[in-house]
Amino acid sequence: MKKDSTKLLSGVSRRLALKSIGALGGAAAFSSIPGFTGMVHGQTDEPFRLGFQVHRTGIGAAYGRWYERTTNAAVARINSQGGIDGRPIEIIAEDDGTDPKRGAEVVEKFATQHNCDAAFGTLFSHVVIGSAPRAGELKLPYLVVSEGHHVASGILNRYTLQPCITDVKSQVQAMAPYVHDNLGKKVTMIYPDFAFGHDHRDYFSEAFARRGGTILEQIAIPPAETAFTRYFPKIPRDTEVLYHVMVGPAVLTFVKELGEFFGGSGPALFGFIDSLEAVDINSPGLEFLDGSYFWEGMPRYQQQGMLAYDAEYRDAVGVDANGASVSDARDVSTYAHMFGCWETLHFIRDIVSRAQGSSNMKQAMIEAAESVTDITESIEHPQGNKLFNGKTHQVFGHQYITRVNGGRLDAVHTTSIEDTFYPDEVDYTQQEF
Amino acid sequence: MEFGPHFLLATLEGALTAAVLALTAVGLSVVFGIMRVVNVAHGEFFMLGAVIAWFVSTTVGIHPAVGFLLALVVAPVMVGFLAIVADQLVLRRLDYDPERTIVATIGLLYCIQQVTLMTFGPDARPVIPPFNQRIALPWFELGEQGFQVTWPWGFGVTTYKLAVIMFAVIILVGLWRFLARSKFGLIMRATQLDREMALAFGIPIERVYAIVFGLGAGLAALGAVLIVPIRQAHYLMGGEPLLLSFIVVIIGGLGSIPGTIMAAILIGLSDGIISVFFSPTLAKIIATLLVAFVLVYRPQGLFGRRLP
Repeated sequence: MKKDSTKLLSGVSRRLALKSIGALGGAAAFSSIPGFTGMVHGQTDEPFRLGFQVHRTGIGAAYGRWYERTTNAAVARINSQGGIDGRPIEIIAEDDGTDPKRGAEVVEKFATQHNCDAAFGTLFSHVVIGSAPRAGELKLPYLVVSEGHHVASGILNRYTLQPCITDVKSQVQAMAPYVHDNLGKKVTMIYPDFAFGHDHRDYFSEAFARRGGTILEQIAIPPAETAFTRYFPKIPRDTEVLYHVMVGPAVLTFVKELGEFFGGSGPALFGFIDSLEAVDINSPGLEFLDGSYFWEGMPRYQQQGMLAYDAEYRDAVGVDANGASVSDARDVSTYAHMFGCWETLHFIRDIVSRAQGSSNMKQAMIEAAESVTDITESIEHPQGNKLFNGKTHQVFGHQYITRVNGGRLDAVHTTSIEDTFYPDEVDYTQQEF
Repeated sequence: MEFGPHFLLATLEGALTAAVLALTAVGLSVVFGIMRVVNVAHGEFFMLGAVIAWFVSTTVGIHPAVGFLLALVVAPVMVGFLAIVADQLVLRRLDYDPERTIVATIGLLYCIQQVTLMTFGPDARPVIPPFNQRIALPWFELGEQGFQVTWPWGFGVTTYKLAVIMFAVIILVGLWRFLARSKFGLIMRATQLDREMALAFGIPIERVYAIVFGLGAGLAALGAVLIVPIRQAHYLMGGEPLLLSFIVVIIGGLGSIPGTIMAAILIGLSDGIISVFFSPTLAKIIATLLVAFVLVYRPQGLFGRRLP
């Protein structure tokens, strides 16, 4: 019944709508028709309730800690500026234990118990893939900060968006030419054995082969693994570049054992910073990383004259020029990813502001998001300019390559946004609400 | 990597696993053998050992080696003491009933794990090893120019890993001598053989049980302190040693210490070798399959004796 009425309303043509408004002649009717958004603002000062699915425990805890700090900083900023047209944002945080099953339950809690207007925040791709179907069923806008290719691949639904962090497919595709031209033509890959790692395996191999390079071996490691030396003998002797990406609590062990295995010799290293997120690159045992290359979503170490709003953003989230907490230099942030939370919250402010007053806010939010294209570098979006694809619900942006140089990561290459493009694989706007 | 160095590397990795596993599993085996208690919280005592090692080594900020050596003593003692408290508060009150103690130790598992999560936090934290040099290992080949020494890529071991293996051997030999030669060892064996008769001879069974439970937990903690500079301390790290210890104890024969040590070497080495040549998942599959076969065809374990 409910579904039918929604269908009917969304089927209203512009002409018919205008006519009916003329007939009714009232602003009340105006606000009840979806699509006519942004007209009736601020008629409520109820808080905007935003469910925040956070990895407080489990293998994603380090990300969770920093995602939460960044989120709190962004919400404080938005609310101090008057919230969303007078409505403050209220964060309802729930731990998902970095577990897909728990993730789906948390989404359900947001929708049914906490009466949230939207949900956001998740990083780990298996949690997103586990939770998004439930968000779709409950018709809850679900904005993820995950990097996985799952949104743009079309396996999710119209209610799931990734508006402020790029996906693995576009990242690795932009990295492949640099690795091929500067580091070596024969690559061995080491990646975690779940959705996120499989995106690396599939799309980097594809892009690297297109450039003319060869993938010698692909070594998958379970994400909860704690010992790594036993995987390394599989690295072929003629490997020129070792491509590594690892996640979970044991990343420091992973990189240390990599260093012990090669002992100063070995191939060139190209890693995704995920292998060292929340880990000090100057930890004992990591000296061998000097001269190796990393992908970063946003450079952990402050770069001279690169990102105009970086310093202001660091101040706001409490991170120093080395990417560590201002209150504890040993508490290194997940700087390359957490900007996604800051930016997504500002994105939410914009789309909610435009959807405000609609009778079906959730649907109007998605429609407002789908109409976004350019996202301009600003304090709201400190990572850089971006281009949002409303059809695939995925954003595209610059990628950074940094090199370990005397104990810090210095930027050596910035890709263009165009480097990250690939043909659309889905058009979510064709799906019904 | 060529087969020779590859195999030797796998064996070294396996020996490291076996060394730590032997310590942990012997702890579980002693507790079962003497108390007939299946301690499901054993893995959490292991985890606590690692977490306390982190705490001690970071609090004592003189030199990593001093902090670590202190942790090597403090962590097993503290964990052992905690186990004795748990024994007095919980297990003794259940009369060491085999079924009820299983449920009680499951409860203990969650209590320890969640308290650690609430205090230590969800992050993995590193402990700096007291020393750690990489030794590149040579390989000998009979090539065209005669006998040659080569230095294969990736073929090496660290001094700390070798030290862990040696230290575990020393502790196990010491434990064996303690059980075989000391008076307390005699009392423990007497309690294991016949509880009623030991009681009749005036052995304070409950005190023996408390000390044995403490000793078992302390051994797990010791294994963890040794491995933590390689693997980091994390609140979820107790699961794998628990599973492997059960596998080892079942294969070796519940309560048989020589059997446990033999099985730890067998499982540790095969885990290392199968992991390196095939996959770590396959190593776990084979180990658990072996448990199934042992339970079907030789339920008392490879070295265990059938209970009269």
